[in-house]
Amino acid sequence: MSTLATPPVLAAAATVAAPRRDWEAFTTAEPDGRRRLTLAVEGITCAACMGDIERGLIRMPGVHGARVNLANRRVAVIYDPSAANPDAILARMEAIHYPARPFDPAGLARPSDESRRLLRCLGVAGFGAMNVMLMSVSVWSGNVTDITPETRDFFHFMSALIAIPCVAYAGAPFYGSAFQAIRRRAVNMDVPIAIGVTLAMALSIVNTLTHQTEAFFDSALMLLFFLLLGRYLDEAMRRRTAIEAETLAVLKADSAVRIEPDGSLVELPLSRIRPGDRVLVRPGEKVPVDGRVETGASEIDTSLVTGETLPAKVTPGDMVHAGTVNGFGSLVVDVTAAAEGTLVAEIERLIGEAESAKSARLRLADRAARLYAPVVHSAAALTFVGWMLAGLPWNDSLVIAIAVLIITCPCALALAIPAVQVVAAGRLFRNGVLLNAGDAIERLASVDTVVFDKTGTLTTPEPTLVGPDVVDKDVFRRAATVALASRHPLARALAKAGGAVKPAERVVEHPGEGVEAEVDGRAVRLGSLDFCAVSQARRLMARSLNPTASFIAYREGTAEPVVFALAQTLRADAVLTVAALRKLGCAVEILSGDRSEAVAEVARVLHVERYLAEVTPAAKIARLEALKAEGRTVLMVGDGLNDAPSLAAAHVSLSPVSGAHLAQAAADAVFLGERLAPVRVALEVARAARALMAQNLWIAVVYNAFAVPIAVAGHVTPLVAALAMSGSSLIVTLNALRLRRIAKPPEIRPAAPAACPAPALTEGSRR
Amino acid sequence: MSILLYLVPIALTLGLLGLVGFLWSLRTNQYEDLDGAAWRAIQDDDL
Repeated sequence: MSTLATPPVLAAAATVAAPRRDWEAFTTAEPDGRRRLTLAVEGITCAACMGDIERGLIRMPGVHGARVNLANRRVAVIYDPSAANPDAILARMEAIHYPARPFDPAGLARPSDESRRLLRCLGVAGFGAMNVMLMSVSVWSGNVTDITPETRDFFHFMSALIAIPCVAYAGAPFYGSAFQAIRRRAVNMDVPIAIGVTLAMALSIVNTLTHQTEAFFDSALMLLFFLLLGRYLDEAMRRRTAIEAETLAVLKADSAVRIEPDGSLVELPLSRIRPGDRVLVRPGEKVPVDGRVETGASEIDTSLVTGETLPAKVTPGDMVHAGTVNGFGSLVVDVTAAAEGTLVAEIERLIGEAESAKSARLRLADRAARLYAPVVHSAAALTFVGWMLAGLPWNDSLVIAIAVLIITCPCALALAIPAVQVVAAGRLFRNGVLLNAGDAIERLASVDTVVFDKTGTLTTPEPTLVGPDVVDKDVFRRAATVALASRHPLARALAKAGGAVKPAERVVEHPGEGVEAEVDGRAVRLGSLDFCAVSQARRLMARSLNPTASFIAYREGTAEPVVFALAQTLRADAVLTVAALRKLGCAVEILSGDRSEAVAEVARVLHVERYLAEVTPAAKIARLEALKAEGRTVLMVGDGLNDAPSLAAAHVSLSPVSGAHLAQAAADAVFLGERLAPVRVALEVARAARALMAQNLWIAVVYNAFAVPIAVAGHVTPLVAALAMSGSSLIVTLNALRLRRIAKPPEIRPAAPAACPAPALTEGSRR
Repeated sequence: MSILLYLVPIALTLGLLGLVGFLWSLRTNQYEDLDGAAWRAIQDDDL
């Protein structure tokens, strides 16, 4: 840590000192003065990990509790701030090979509230349904034998006693949503549900008070139970995605190092950074915010933002954008407001526009509801009028009309789509696809054109070594060893390619240029071409061999320097996936912000005929609009900030998990892993799911075709209603489970960012 | 049939106990980590 009143430039250069983390901002207070720290942990995959971490932490002084959540890959640590130091907790996690990062409590959503509420409602509905059913069965069997009217009334009154509070509590989610829909003068699936349940309850109460032989309390509760089940599963699926995404976001390290007025460095969550703050960006780090470079010079890799693969030089006065990656130099960045005119503001505006255009689209279920409600309600009205004309007293006619409404209450219809969605989402989850939008499956199914971004999507997000072809083994090993000591992204890629495990010694970092070190007794340096004094002729040769690559040079003493070329290569299964997509009947296109030679090369390898290079975010949207005008349904796959608006504008969109935040937020689904195959799997599962949804809707229609005439004829007894409703719900749910057989069996789920680290692995090889 | 006057309330009480148990387990976060709970049961915790 630098001393007081150190000039900021020096503070920036002396980056060896770790910044102090502002732990107040990363933890929350417990009632008894202790503090709670939530960590996202890399590599929790098994039960053994759980024991290791808990045992490892609980032995530390001042730590009062450590609990691993295996499902979420998180650890909650309760500690006494006077006795334990959170930095020591993180150091311990690192030491036992589970590197962890703290969550920003401000960003930690509480997604569990909604699913808890549904679970509570589900419990209450289940309790009510079972107890009422107990008495209903007695009444049904009593009605055909010798039940006394007094006993029946007792059962009915008891049922009412249970059912009224249960329906009031468990029905609340449906009533709330139906009420809101009506206020907006719209119809959703909850409107017929709310009407059906209310009428069933009202009719039953009237029948109980007038000592009738029949009541429908059980039907109302069973209906609620099944619907809540579907809704809970749906919510649980979405919650799982949200938690996974949140953990991944934290592991990707979104904090910033602020330079205090006294020159000291403090690491803070992004939510605490304000415009006007000065932020230090160390070599190899992701730039956390938009800002203007105050001091320092470096190269910035903007591939995640613009798709451009060649790094850009920045000097004081230049703008840098959140999401770009810093090269060899330290930068002090003056944070600017996310004012109009900045790149991110512009992109957010485009996303906003694209999304509002998209929200006009209706979900399949709501479309069905819109058709269904008027048909059912007019059928009930016609039944009433019909029986009146046939000479029945008005109250009997009304009872029959209500019976029609009860039996058509869209139990099967409301389950038909969520049931398939839940199974499909589970299937996708196991293949490494996480859904952001509930209706993404429906939209994926209708895709006939797939548009890919190039950088980071078709290619791997990290650069890999592409040249030189021949290099001395020992030289290569030594170069990798030095590279391991550097934080520069290219150096890291070189270290990985060389399989280096132990960093070099006596490393001196020259900000903005490279590193100098000692390996096997030789003085070596690794860094920019200037830093290693590479001749002009060699530069030209290297450039001509690998026109799209970035270069890093290595030199031993005064020997001839070696120029390593690193480039983003195609994902391993890109060719296969693109071919498979074509086989599925999809046209494939590439839209990239990168230079046209680089894009042309990728297009040639993938046999893609239509591509556009050097396109701006607005031009990408324009191309998507043009495709839409041709009548095509487009799936956009992209990862960059510059893709975010087009992801929002496309009919449906996918983003790799390595993508920029905004891109992930704008996409309908996110996929994990190094491979491109999830794109194909997503389409296959979605198509199978869509077919099952249609089948299920038909089952619901056929069920109604049989049930409604019986109801209209006035033969619906509570027994018939109960059988019909639960029967149809079961059939629809079982049909949804068939997706497990239709869609291809799951491949091994791609190891989420980190695999289970075996203790034998050294620090270096896991980088 | 007066036996019903006892049996029905008893049945209801048992059902309510089950419901209260469920709500209690929900309140005490027992559904937060179903995967972990399965493994904790077979772990030796004698540190």
